[in-house]
Amino acid sequence: MAEQNGKSKTKLLDELEKGPWPSFVREIKKTSDVSPTCDDLLGQLELSYEERKGHWKHGGIVGVMGYGGGVIGRYSDVPEQFPKVAHFHTMRVNQPSGWFYTSDALRTLCGIWERHGSGLTNMHGSTGDIVFLGTKTDELEPTFAELTKAGFDLGGSGSCVRTPSACVGPARCEHACYDTLKLCNDLTHAYQDELHRPPFPYKFKFKCAGCPNDCVAAVARADLSIIGIWKDEIQQDDAAVAEYAAKGLDIQKNVCEQCPSKCMNWDGKKLTIENKDCVRCMHCINAMPKALRPGKERGAAILIGSKAPIVQGALLSSVLIPFVPEAELMETLKELVSRIWEFWDEYGKNRERVGELIQRVGMANFLDAIGLDPAPEMVTAPRDNPYIFFREEAAK
Amino acid sequence: MPTFEVNDHKYEVDEDGFLQEPGIWNETVASDFATTEGVTDLTEAHWKVIHYLRNYYLQFGIAPMIRKVCKETGFKLNEIYQLFPSGPAKGACKLAGLPKPTGCV
Ligand code: SF4
Ligand code: SF4
Repeated sequence: MAEQNGKSKTKLLDELEKGPWPSFVREIKKTSDVSPTCDDLLGQLELSYEERKGHWKHGGIVGVMGYGGGVIGRYSDVPEQFPKVAHFHTMRVNQPSGWFYTSDALRTLCGIWERHGSGLTNMHGSTGDIVFLGTKTDELEPTFAELTKAGFDLGGSGSCVRTPSACVGPARCEHACYDTLKLCNDLTHAYQDELHRPPFPYKFKFKCAGCPNDCVAAVARADLSIIGIWKDEIQQDDAAVAEYAAKGLDIQKNVCEQCPSKCMNWDGKKLTIENKDCVRCMHCINAMPKALRPGKERGAAILIGSKAPIVQGALLSSVLIPFVPEAELMETLKELVSRIWEFWDEYGKNRERVGELIQRVGMANFLDAIGLDPAPEMVTAPRDNPYIFFREEAAK
Repeated sequence: MPTFEVNDHKYEVDEDGFLQEPGIWNETVASDFATTEGVTDLTEAHWKVIHYLRNYYLQFGIAPMIRKVCKETGFKLNEIYQLFPSGPAKGACKLAGLPKPTGCV
């Protein structure tokens, strides 16, 4: 790779700076004034683009004493050419619930990382962690020491409980049906052992969403999704509904006709919701947040088994417990999780997510093993996933 | 290839300090590598884990899953971390002369 005025030439990467959207190349170049690793990082990536071949070796094992995870070892396979990224380990740092920081906390984090690493961060990784990109093995313990002194801890990596995450929930959002921030924090504290010392066949993710809008994508990404929901009726303010109509919202077309269960009726004056047929999709509430709100009897649904498409294909969660009142959430989760882990630990194959295990053994067997009774809410749609046979009396 | 030198012994290791040639392992190797993993004294409990890992590796060619290690040695996971502060994969497997365990991180 040619050099110009001490800076590497990155012809292919430069293409990624064009256009109005954010560009990681631009961001890394900006940092290169303060961080000497950036040039080699871009240089190696340019080489990868030229050769269409990755230059990070797979699977380094590095860490800090006492923990079995939180650091991902990464080494260059062309260290002579790019000595500053010969080691380029990633550290995961446990983010605060809902990703709330004071600017002081952000400065502290960035300061630590500029002293001990590349200064490059990824806010945040897909699990939710603060990701510190790029450091040497010798810097791991000093970074960890500074982080803990500042009140931070490493997140999870490997076959462990991954750092739980939560949407902003009641801190900023009127839709929240339970305190996602508290639950996320409680889960993180309850499972410190499982988070830092990987005990499982593979990873296990918790995600807490305050309502079915699911801003943390729990239903697609978490092995255990806790999604806020209400049991009673949607709270309705007729005057506010009329106001939406007066301001030009076509309630018939944009609300009622979009309702997936077709349980809403608008006669031009009055909106009626057949709440027993509502599937809690949030559409009408999102369309008229001032007029409609989740009901008063609130809690969460617990779902199991989703994952992103690595190793095997992607999975979405299935309902495990349709409704748990907010006050009973933590207690219920603790009991449930211990039963799930016991079963997964015993029967899970190496690198088999719990959702894949359920697919392999069948939901009916899984429910039997964890001592839960099947419920109609577990069926996605009639005749869709008929893994449970209800007796005729029970179905009535 | 990096080398690791201690007590007048010289070993070829990978970047993470794992023994390159698992075949040359003996108990001296374990004691030599202990110094890098925060293990000061190799007690009977350490040897139990090391020998279990070693035998499993010789039989199956890979490292056992963690729950098997706990079950077969009778140690709880946090006891294993007390013995090997850098953990079963990085610490115990390294002392037992296993090649670097693979897995998703
Ligand atoms: S998931 Fe629901 S409660 Fe949470 S931030 Fe999104 S809309 Fe609000
Ligand atoms: S939440 Fe969804 S299903 Fe329920 S009434 Fe509104 S649009 Fe219909």
